[in-house]
Amino acid sequence: MTGVRVAGVGLTHFGSHPERTGRDLFAEASATALDDAGIDRSLVEQLNYGNFMGELSEHQGHQGPLMAEAAGLDAPATRYESACASSGVAVREAVKDVRNGEADVVLVGGAERMNNLGTAKTTEALAIAADDLYEVRAGMTFPAAYALMAQAYFEQYGGSREDLAEIAVKNHDNALGNEFAQFQREISVEDALDAPMVADPLGLYDACPITDGASAIVLVSDEFAEQHDLDAPVSITGTGQGGDKMALQDREYLARTPAAEKAAEEAYDDAGIDATDVSVAEVHDCFTIAEVLALEALDFYAQGEAIGAAARGETTRDGGLPINLSGGLKAKGHPVGATGTSQITELTRLLRGDHHNSDAVDGDVGVAHNAGGTVASTTVHVLEVNQ
Amino acid sequence: MKRHDARDDGFDDFLDAIESGEGFYLECENGHGSLPPRRLCPHCGSDELAEVALPETGTIETFTVVRVAAPEFEADTPYVTAVVDFGGVRATGQMRGVEVDAVETGMEVEAGIGETETTGERILVFHPR
Repeated sequence: MTGVRVAGVGLTHFGSHPERTGRDLFAEASATALDDAGIDRSLVEQLNYGNFMGELSEHQGHQGPLMAEAAGLDAPATRYESACASSGVAVREAVKDVRNGEADVVLVGGAERMNNLGTAKTTEALAIAADDLYEVRAGMTFPAAYALMAQAYFEQYGGSREDLAEIAVKNHDNALGNEFAQFQREISVEDALDAPMVADPLGLYDACPITDGASAIVLVSDEFAEQHDLDAPVSITGTGQGGDKMALQDREYLARTPAAEKAAEEAYDDAGIDATDVSVAEVHDCFTIAEVLALEALDFYAQGEAIGAAARGETTRDGGLPINLSGGLKAKGHPVGATGTSQITELTRLLRGDHHNSDAVDGDVGVAHNAGGTVASTTVHVLEVNQ
Repeated sequence: MKRHDARDDGFDDFLDAIESGEGFYLECENGHGSLPPRRLCPHCGSDELAEVALPETGTIETFTVVRVAAPEFEADTPYVTAVVDFGGVRATGQMRGVEVDAVETGMEVEAGIGETETTGERILVFHPR
């Protein structure tokens, strides 16, 4: 079985781009990734593409071939939809194909256009990642769903809005200097606590923004990298995926995310590492509480113990395990279908040393955690610098 | 008005039953609870599903006050969405008959049917016992 290398990565700026279509955003990200890889686009054998709400936001289904055109590819293309884990799943399938010898060069990416719907319509569109009959019809929004988990977490393990605010402050701080980030400004704990409430106990600063953007990576086999003399020091050495019941009401746990626990265990086993080997992680912090749940699911912390990690300085840039050095979904932005590959992009650059926060990384193992819905779908990937 | 005819059937049966005071849930031979429509138990895959009476009261396991809603619930804000544990099964609905800031985890509630402010659609609601 061949190893899988990240030969190139690309991002658009994440933010509000009312004048740009999804295909234009992906054209830019994919061109950047192919340039970074130094691979001619004619060598790409397939496109794995993640997108969630294209039918609602751009009246566009069947985005695989459309995005292959945008990327200038003459290759089969498939869209993967798994809510906010869409491109994480696209990465996992690409890793399997390269390992199996089905392909030597796969372009993986995602894009999402969200701002053109406005806040209320975007809230409605995102909600379709929840159970329509039993959650959406009860008026549940995504902030509300994570608020239900936050409330359950506080009830079971303790924790406060201040603890969550510290996560937002940390991730905003990490985004300073990230040219691709939607928010590149500091916030204070007071700013977060004083912001309008969205769904108690989550306020506006506990939530990621509505974002337009695209990301892309080029995955190649070890043999291809060698034959073409590519400078590709980072490999994806572990992949895992987990699932859970769609609706919160049907889950065994309301303050834990077993889908991510399963994905992490599988990815760690695949890579032959454990949580203590990890030097840096990009986790799916669509809401501040989601980062807490992710850190516990990834086994960085025991159940109920990750809540104060940011406040204690353990997950900050100068802490022992820096989390979301990109700014995370919270400050960098969350164009949902693009997020999974954007996390791989950030980690690749952090590990190979050309990221604005690379100096904060002490070690050569990174983990990406990408969650769909209220963590009913999750992928975890392990990235390592080749020895 | 129905949003999606076929998918609504099992859900409407459930709401009708609550409305007529005969609320039920589905229980498999292994004792797992779920809400209709189901052909199989979502927890163990059993196809032996029987209707069981929904207990008269449940307790709020977790809740939130929704202050920013989707357009279909715009006029309803602020409202409380709660997940209520009825023993054999959990259900998600809106709290009524209590100030939003007075809702607490562990509160004992009973299920009923209400309407949304914005669209007038039927909705599962909970009242304090």
